[in-house]
Amino acid sequence: MTAAMQTGVETVIETRGLTKRYRGGQLAVDGLDLTVPAGSVFGFLGPNGSGKTTTIRMLMGLIDPTAGSATVLGRPMPRAVRTVLPQVGALIEGPALYGFLNGRDNLLRYDSADPSADPRTRGARVAAALDRVGLTSAAGKKAKAYSLGMKQRLGLAAALLRPRRLLVLDEPTNGLDPQGMREIRWLVRELAADGTTVFLSSHLLDEIEQVCTHAAVMAQGRLLTQGPVADLAAGARGRLAVVTPDTGDAARLLKELGVTGLSVEQDRVTGELPGADVELAELSAALVHGGVRVRGFGIERASLEDAFVALTGEGFDVAG
Amino acid sequence: MSRVEEVEGAGANGTADATGAADANATADGTGPVDATRTADAAGTLRGPSPLWTLGLFRSELTTTLRRWRTLALLGVLAAVPVLIGIAVKIETSDGGPVGDGGGQGPAFITQITNNGLFLVFAALAATLPVFLPMTIGVVAGDAIAGEASSGTLRYLLVAPAGRTRLLFAKYAATCAFCLVATLVVAGSALAVGALLFPLGDVVTISGTRISFGDGLLRAALVAVVVAASLAGIAALGLFVSTLTGSGIAAMATTVGLLITVQILDTIPQLHGIHPYLFPHYWLSFADLMREPVHWDEVVKNLGLQGVYVAVFGSAAWARFTAKDITA
Repeated sequence: MTAAMQTGVETVIETRGLTKRYRGGQLAVDGLDLTVPAGSVFGFLGPNGSGKTTTIRMLMGLIDPTAGSATVLGRPMPRAVRTVLPQVGALIEGPALYGFLNGRDNLLRYDSADPSADPRTRGARVAAALDRVGLTSAAGKKAKAYSLGMKQRLGLAAALLRPRRLLVLDEPTNGLDPQGMREIRWLVRELAADGTTVFLSSHLLDEIEQVCTHAAVMAQGRLLTQGPVADLAAGARGRLAVVTPDTGDAARLLKELGVTGLSVEQDRVTGELPGADVELAELSAALVHGGVRVRGFGIERASLEDAFVALTGEGFDVAG
Repeated sequence: MSRVEEVEGAGANGTADATGAADANATADGTGPVDATRTADAAGTLRGPSPLWTLGLFRSELTTTLRRWRTLALLGVLAAVPVLIGIAVKIETSDGGPVGDGGGQGPAFITQITNNGLFLVFAALAATLPVFLPMTIGVVAGDAIAGEASSGTLRYLLVAPAGRTRLLFAKYAATCAFCLVATLVVAGSALAVGALLFPLGDVVTISGTRISFGDGLLRAALVAVVVAASLAGIAALGLFVSTLTGSGIAAMATTVGLLITVQILDTIPQLHGIHPYLFPHYWLSFADLMREPVHWDEVVKNLGLQGVYVAVFGSAAWARFTAKDITA
């Protein structure tokens, strides 16, 4: 999978054996080989405490790795921080703002921290970023009076101050209401359509599944898998599902037709998808022919959650 | 987005394309101001980032510091000191008697205030320099890095990217500028109060000679600058402490605690051996600037000592901050 991704595709983030051991001896990230292709929306998945944020901090040059290397936009980090980071927008572990400054002044401050940002266009940049996250009307309010959702938006605005080639969003929907989450997803899709690579960390599986083209799964500091979302989900294959009150007959008929791995639960019969040579419509017809009252017939797509459970053999709990 | 960086950037195949696409898209669905941004950005891009742009961070630092309520409150206290001294002297001398009848020893210059309001500037600086002024600086310097760390804004400044060395320089430069601001607040308030309550006129120097009021004002300005420079040492010390912890309060308390400790050590006669190495030891030497001719010896010693503190603790802060893991 990794090899396939590397051929002919420019990578935006690449780590080799990236390792971080904190001073307490705790191994937060263990030999991480991550490859993020350009133009992807990359979901970085794992339970809380699995090393996602430590990885992101190493990628952003905030933490020095204990071993291994990381390149971002083709340049080594943390050495090339000055040339790489102006092209990277980041939201790390939630927004952090100056409560005594209003929204606009917060952005002006962050913008002036970037030495390659032209001060003459600072005001226009800030206005555009505020507009993009829908905070224009609240721009004059002190940030300490902002709701969590508004703070999150302001953090996003800071990440979008300039056109970015890479956007790193660490748990961007934390604290947002469903409407806010939808807006973030919409924003991510829009940015991706512009050609920006989006690196999105989350512990919410469906969030990743809805917007990401690629994903990597971490647990306890190790990378379990990475690749296109479709491939990952295919690891846990979809299943044929028939809804019927006549479960016994349905199961018998399906078995005769060569469907394996059958299981019956209440009014549902599920089984492994047959090979490509079997036409599903024929299965359905055969069931109806056999007197089975078919109320539903279809394929249950495997979710990333199934893939994750298949990978870890366990639920999605906080690592100890 | 900077063309220069992209040219510098290794393996930037397709880089220009990707950025260009993003630009075009942004322009297409952007409104007026957005268009202006892109255009201006593109124009700026052609020339590349100017070295002067880096000063934006320093300006942002200074204005951010001055907009905190805490800073304004501290400056308010500093401005109130000359008012208190002025009123106290005025009341005590309202019956025509000299200051310090009770035989007590006030701050230097205090007896001359009734003759010349300008001396309130020197008296106020002499009164605030041992504690109030350095405490204010300790709070600002101690909070510089640690405060940003505890509010989480440090990580966003660094990914902006402010650059660790650049951020530290900006912080220190802003703190030094604040030293000057704080000193000028004391001096300005003292001058205003002095002019209001007492007569102004020719100045009698410590040596007993007479200089014109204009020359006196120049001396006062010189004294203010030297006092501000005297605070460079504690500013560097505070900045170093600030890089050691992730708590702004802890850094401020430690810095102010160190100041008080050193001030106490400086008063213990048995420790006279270490006195010349303590940063506040020559602070009050600014009085020598009021002699005619000026006695530079101790003033120069003071400035030299501050320079040593800046070098030592500035390097320590730099070594610590550039190697630190930012986990806050």
